[in-house]
Amino acid sequence: MKAMLRSKRFWLIAPAVLYIGFFMAVPLVQMAYVSILERGDYGGVNWGVFSMDAYVSFLFERDLMDNLVLNTDYLQVFARSFGLSAMTTVFALILGFPTAFYISTQPQGRRNFLIFLVTIPFWTNILVRNYAWMLLLRNGGLVDGMLGWIGIETGGLDILYTPYAVSIGLTYTYLPFMVLPIYASLEKLDHRLVEAAFDLGADKRRAMSRVILPLAAPGIAAGCILVFIPCLGAYVTPELLGGGKFMMIANLIGSQFGAARNWPLGAGLGFVLLALVLIAMMVYSLKFKSLPEESR
Amino acid sequence: MSEVVISARSVSKIFGSGADKVTALDAVSVDIFQNEFFTMLGPSGCGKTTLLRLIGGFEEASSGKILLEGNELNDLPPYKRPINTVFQSYALFPHLTVRQNITFGLEMQGIDRAKANHRADEMLELVRLAQYGDRVPSQLSGGQQQRIALARALAPAPKVLLLDEPLSALDLKLRKEMQVELKRLQTETGITFVFVTHDQEEALAMSDRIAVMQFGKIQQIGAPREIYDEPTDRFVADFIGDSNFLPGNLVAAANGKHALTLANQHVIELPSVRSGQKTGDVTISIRPERLGLVAENLADQTHLMGSVKSVIYFGTDTTYEIDLGNDQTVKVRTQNGTGAMDDFGRGERVGVHVPADAIRVLVD
Amino acid sequence: MKVDVSNPLWRFRGITSTAMFFFAYLYLPIVILLALSFNENKLATIWTGFTTDWYVTALSNDDMLRAAKNSIIVAVSATILATIAATFAAMGMARGRFRGEVGVSAMLVLPLLVPEIVTAIATLLFFVALGIKLGLITVIIAHTVFCIPFAYLPIRARLEGMDPALAEAANDLYANEWQAFRRVTMPLLWPGILSGAMLSFIISLDDFVISYFVGGAGATTLPIYIFGMIRIGITPEVNAVSAMMLIVSIVFVSVSFLIDRIRY
Repeated sequence: MKAMLRSKRFWLIAPAVLYIGFFMAVPLVQMAYVSILERGDYGGVNWGVFSMDAYVSFLFERDLMDNLVLNTDYLQVFARSFGLSAMTTVFALILGFPTAFYISTQPQGRRNFLIFLVTIPFWTNILVRNYAWMLLLRNGGLVDGMLGWIGIETGGLDILYTPYAVSIGLTYTYLPFMVLPIYASLEKLDHRLVEAAFDLGADKRRAMSRVILPLAAPGIAAGCILVFIPCLGAYVTPELLGGGKFMMIANLIGSQFGAARNWPLGAGLGFVLLALVLIAMMVYSLKFKSLPEESR
Repeated sequence: MSEVVISARSVSKIFGSGADKVTALDAVSVDIFQNEFFTMLGPSGCGKTTLLRLIGGFEEASSGKILLEGNELNDLPPYKRPINTVFQSYALFPHLTVRQNITFGLEMQGIDRAKANHRADEMLELVRLAQYGDRVPSQLSGGQQQRIALARALAPAPKVLLLDEPLSALDLKLRKEMQVELKRLQTETGITFVFVTHDQEEALAMSDRIAVMQFGKIQQIGAPREIYDEPTDRFVADFIGDSNFLPGNLVAAANGKHALTLANQHVIELPSVRSGQKTGDVTISIRPERLGLVAENLADQTHLMGSVKSVIYFGTDTTYEIDLGNDQTVKVRTQNGTGAMDDFGRGERVGVHVPADAIRVLVD
Repeated sequence: MKVDVSNPLWRFRGITSTAMFFFAYLYLPIVILLALSFNENKLATIWTGFTTDWYVTALSNDDMLRAAKNSIIVAVSATILATIAATFAAMGMARGRFRGEVGVSAMLVLPLLVPEIVTAIATLLFFVALGIKLGLITVIIAHTVFCIPFAYLPIRARLEGMDPALAEAANDLYANEWQAFRRVTMPLLWPGILSGAMLSFIISLDDFVISYFVGGAGATTLPIYIFGMIRIGITPEVNAVSAMMLIVSIVFVSVSFLIDRIRY
């Protein structure tokens, strides 16, 4: 009976796990393998011919004399990605925390509706969302027009296709991921703790900084991780709102499979991005969640 | 009593393995009779629910046998046992109406719809909710859901009805009502009820027999009065009702009787003790309500002398804590309004009357 | 927190105004896009009058319709495959704890953790290495992978919220395993399954990055088609197509959330 139960469970779970394993885990391992292969002359890779070129070319290029010289182009893309992601995370936190707090102080029915409103844009097409910002930000677009209407003549705002536009778009895209975990931790917060702080002489500022914020810290950390990580891998926003001029890591990876035709480099960059994400997740889970008990 | 319905033969249940191993049931043997209201009573983790789930077929015994009318049940899944359960959470199917809940078991047994509906109406009548057949469970109060769970489990006329702490979610008043109701249903249907609870009052009020359990073992089985008046060990005496525990010294006398010395001062002659009772240092238990108090000037050498340490007034009765010296105290509960006893104040010297037949010498 | 909003003690400075700004920021682009899709003016900057012409133009564009058809084929196939796999997996996971549970759970949500671009190129490389021709089939395979967790999570949540005694009660009342599943578990689970399926559908329909890389020439889905149009320039027709995608998504998600709120 026991063994039967176990095997029944096995057959229920196996299709999903094997499917993801075969079409996701195996490809990811294979991607790491491709990153240490030689690139093909006309795109593709030379299977079975190993080369560390992908990782060398990340930092160096060969000059005319065939010497390795430092090339910071790719590093700049990484630096820009980190910078934009950090900026986006900060913006999202500034907007997200007060919103989460506001929602958590509303009556129950209203709360659910507001949370629903927060999540809706996430489910809409990312191209469409970014396209809408193109409509708003372009010269002669709504933002430009509004500024003109209140008397600021911009003479063409020239904000579309700049890092600012990318940052606005990224913040927009990932905001829900900031609000939801913060809301979850604020919702669980016992309001009597805040009242106790007031009772013990804390003013609102200190009740916020000494009681509410520390208790919401796990939610804030989760929110920051959930915004920062997908930001790092953003593809569509820099493509559309940056006009392809401000590449982030994902665009760099993508381009290796397009015009640049350097698959090993693309695979290597992909592997590095994946590693960064997994490390961030691990650090987060070590710091904020007790490790799941394997032994049970 | 009559025939044995359920019989457990040295049944053990071990959960987990290695370092996490937990023995929930430790070679338990018990016979449950026809028409009996049988209660398994004990603190949480004592194994009472595990034994119930083994009888129901929801868990498999690690060793031992469970028999129904002499036939082994071990390999039968729950749906092949003529035993039904009232779950602690009621487990009423939320997507079905009350009537559909009640006919569920009948339908699964292949009884035709008209007959099943007729039976459902009977059951609704039995639990006095005849008007509620077309409601869904979420429209019912806790007490009503409880009755429907009973009706559903009784509808297939099982040989045994298992009840897993069914009253624990109800408030005190409703619980008292349902105790009476359960007892009535058991008497009316004549079905064997096996009831699990951690509430000793509930057990005493309803049961024909009670099995008091601890650490996966049955400590004592008996009728409520037996369990209450003649607890065999300290755990049972302590778990059921209030008890005073006092050290004593037991000496066998020439006439077959025993002499018990309490509080180094007082000797009581015990007419009989349990056979094989060891002598020497023993622990005795006495119920507080069996003790009496007299003023110091009225006391004689048949009384234990002490002083009143605290007085707590409970309305129907008053509990005095009496300091006997040598770090020994006893609680004495006196009925109020009988006029039989005077009020005593804190610090007052009093004599405690200890009737010989109230003393239980415990097995250590 | 359970607080009385009207109590001034719970009013912190800047909270309400920031929240208002937040919702404006969140919905302004959507509202503007919807409004401009009905704008008569071809330049799409100034409002000159209401028209549905752009929708007519868009809906009579054969390329667009072909792309939409591809998208629906992919989304329906991926949804069916993912929902079946996810339903089984959720039921397997709900049968108590087991050794390796943590690893299996991690595997089931892995597609949510890996950056889209990484999934896209890894899957692309995998198909190339296996010599599988890129097309609608490869897109369906790739979409099914990331649809599984979206279907799995709501179904799992349903099962978690279900009293395990319900299935036991069915067994107790003479229903065998299959009857218990059909008569009790399934009727209670279907809102979760439907909700999960609808989320899978919308996630598949909206996907751009993965389709873009593993689709190849013959498998232009609607988002890929829209991407091509946006690259060429902002036109009223793009507005109309975008607005339609937006509305489809919002309707599906709203219905999915409503279904998921069904409680007995």
